[in-house]
Amino acid sequence: MKTLIKMAFRDLGRNRRRSLFSMLALGMGLALLLLIASIYEGQMRLSLDTAIRLQTGHLQVRAANYNENKTSLAWEDLVADPQLVASQVASLPAVELATPRLYASGILSLGEKTNGVRVIGIDPDSTANQPFRLGLVSGEFITAEDRQGLLLGQPLADKLQVEVGDQVNLLVNTASGEVDEQNFTVRGIYDTHTPGYDRSTVFLPLAKAQAITQSENHASIIFILLKDRDLTGAVVNALSSSPYQVVTWEKMNELVLQTEEFSNAFLYVLYLIVLGITATVIVNTLVMAVFERTREIGILSAVGMKSNHIMAMFFIESSMLAIGGIIIGLILGGLMAWYAKTVGFYIGDMGVTGMLYGDRLYGHLVFEDIASASLVAFIITLVASLYPAILAARMEPVEALHGGKQL
Amino acid sequence: MEVTKVENVTRVYTVGDVETHALRGVTLGIQPGEFTALVGPSGSGKTTLLQLMGCLDQPTSGQVFINGKDVSQLNRNQRADMRRGTIGFIFQFFALIPTLTAYENIEVPLLLNGHTPAERRKRVQQLIEAVDLVERAHHRPDQLSGGQQQRVAIARALASTPSLILADEPTANLDTENGKQVMEIMTRLNQETGVTFVFATHDPRVFTYAHRVITLQDGLVVENGKSPRK
Repeated sequence: MKTLIKMAFRDLGRNRRRSLFSMLALGMGLALLLLIASIYEGQMRLSLDTAIRLQTGHLQVRAANYNENKTSLAWEDLVADPQLVASQVASLPAVELATPRLYASGILSLGEKTNGVRVIGIDPDSTANQPFRLGLVSGEFITAEDRQGLLLGQPLADKLQVEVGDQVNLLVNTASGEVDEQNFTVRGIYDTHTPGYDRSTVFLPLAKAQAITQSENHASIIFILLKDRDLTGAVVNALSSSPYQVVTWEKMNELVLQTEEFSNAFLYVLYLIVLGITATVIVNTLVMAVFERTREIGILSAVGMKSNHIMAMFFIESSMLAIGGIIIGLILGGLMAWYAKTVGFYIGDMGVTGMLYGDRLYGHLVFEDIASASLVAFIITLVASLYPAILAARMEPVEALHGGKQL
Repeated sequence: MEVTKVENVTRVYTVGDVETHALRGVTLGIQPGEFTALVGPSGSGKTTLLQLMGCLDQPTSGQVFINGKDVSQLNRNQRADMRRGTIGFIFQFFALIPTLTAYENIEVPLLLNGHTPAERRKRVQQLIEAVDLVERAHHRPDQLSGGQQQRVAIARALASTPSLILADEPTANLDTENGKQVMEIMTRLNQETGVTFVFATHDPRVFTYAHRVITLQDGLVVENGKSPRK
């Protein structure tokens, strides 16, 4: 075996440039796959994290018959005395924070310009609002006592051409099924770099939101963040005796999770396509090696080397090409993924309904993707070398000794 | 018992619709320790006969025996086994593996036969001294002269202590001096080790070294007798 390895290594060294280009082809293919895998993974993680942070939380406590899609404000669809419920939930050891939120549909307008919005009544003092507080680009955050102010996202402000201090009109649906409207002052403009969210979400202090929607001392949900996502089951169990429905982040982000599963399957198909193409380069290299070394194969056969050893020699060569290519791929792919993770790629507003995307794509390379892409690259290269290896092993020694015929 | 024996062998090569009768029914036997030359003009069937005796090829009809065993119908791997343990080859074009040193080329048959590293070291050293290449042991073929390369090939052929060495035009690519050296080494090894040599040649200076000269013409043995020198 040692001699076969030595021969294979030296054979690759005979045509260094060709071997290097073969490895480079495999390496480039692998590097691109690692970049794509890192972007997929990064995007899915970011989308999920963003959705949890901004929208769903890890858990939501809702009234038993609350229907998320209807944004109902009927009292029987809401959580009564939400501050009390929130403080009870917050007392559980696994819960980091719990805060009530009230959702309503509305139309925000300034002069002739109008936009449909989702109005969210929040407890301004809750740390759950940190993403919006940190994302404040102008003005100030709303306070619990504020009865005239609201907060809106940068894209919405741009669309309506409003600035901090401007008066805007907000029309909302109410618990009685009617609508009410009032002028508000823009206190602040935030930007979470999630255009799909920022262009349609307006924040009011909870008390003011309850007042305008006539849903006094009620909230749509209790927004809950846990100390660790893995504690979800435990908290759900702890809340199981409550009269409310408890909805988990998995349920609320089904689309993201399903997309991630689909992406993983798609990624494997992509592996096969890209690496299949690069494998043709390896086949070409090894077939040329077989043609060039026909006489040597004949010599080895003449001195008694069996077909399986001849095949093994070519498999070792392709393994070496694969290992070289994988090392190149890991280095290049690692650099690309590092760039994607630290700098990212600007994509602007490319939101998908049901999913929250930031305005930049960020990569996140995980060991599973590195291992699976490298393994697929290795296996495909070995499979690709099957044909040249069989070609070599099936040579009749007499023909091979005379430079081959006819292959 | 003959080291190798062929009985009424024919070999027909077919290329497209054209059939070429390389051997037309050859019968002969080679006794242990013989130093035999196969002579004849190009196309007379010398190389084909060596290939059949060496289990590199199979006859179209007839039988080939190695040490009494019929090898005519062996499959590819069985023939490889037979070659590895019993037969050594020396080719006209030296036939060394260019990526291996002289030492490593000689070592290949020993590796294939599963010898231990210590056995290999001892045997290669012995052979490399026998062909007077100690100084060039770690040179690759492209760093050796034609004569030196052929001496490496002789050492490799002897490595597994075969009972039969087949040499196809071993001096054809050598100048007179190197050709003479190669033939003298082969003669000496034949005498010292008793290994049987059968070599094909059409060089009159070479077949004078032989105990027996078998002359082929148009795929048939036309003369089978003592060497003019012996």
